[in-house]
Amino acid sequence: MTETPCEHCERMMQPYMDRVLSAQELAEAEAHLSECNWCAKRYRFEEKLRQYVRIAVEEPMPAELKAKLASLRTPL
Amino acid sequence: MPDSDGNALRIATEARDRVHFEEDALALADQVYRVARHLTGSREEAEDLVQETYARAFRSWRSFTPGTNLRAWLLRIATNLNIDRGRRKQRTPDTQPLEEGDYFLYNKLEEADGGAAEEERVVERLSQDDIVSALSAVPHDFRDVIVLVDIGDFSYQDAANILDIPIGTVMSRLHRGRRILKRELAETATGATE
Repeated sequence: MTETPCEHCERMMQPYMDRVLSAQELAEAEAHLSECNWCAKRYRFEEKLRQYVRIAVEEPMPAELKAKLASLRTPL
Repeated sequence: MPDSDGNALRIATEARDRVHFEEDALALADQVYRVARHLTGSREEAEDLVQETYARAFRSWRSFTPGTNLRAWLLRIATNLNIDRGRRKQRTPDTQPLEEGDYFLYNKLEEADGGAAEEERVVERLSQDDIVSALSAVPHDFRDVIVLVDIGDFSYQDAANILDIPIGTVMSRLHRGRRILKRELAETATGATE
């Protein structure tokens, strides 16, 4: 079963974002994205999502933990 | 006498090297915690893991080659300890695939919003808790890679070295893992159950 151009574009999204597509594949993806707003929106969403995930998982280290780690040091 | 001078110097040098090592390692604690927090499922587990990691690191400091990537070395200890701890919260293997296509999450969120929406607004439907919770539901083999690469900012090669797997496996687990995560997010954020 052959895929549609949009299905193909969907499969290319991660390697596209990771910048690991070949020059040829990249050119094909950009050509499709310039014509297909449906895919372009989804690619833009992916970019936003990646940025958001990085921020969302931020959590400062508990202060007591740092002290506990320091106490593991070998005494001189 | 030359021998005892030599010994004294060696002992002093080693003590100095160890102090520097410990300081360098402690300076990385926030970064190690940040990754450990999501290798495990909770703050408590992450704290335990980080403490065990540093205890092990300080004991085996001589096996670290100065000038190489200390952060990767520490995370290697952490991931191995995490594996040894038995990964109690494993999902049982499913007969159905864990992931959907890469557009699945957007499609679901857009549907829940009742139609086309700006991408920024669609992302905002996901809370911080949604993301942390969805990530902890991703099976560990996939989660380890996502956490090291997407949160820890390790290169594929560093992640491959830390996990002791081929770089091709890093890439395929990363891509599948992200799709699994997005499927989890789709379920969490839209309140859907399977």
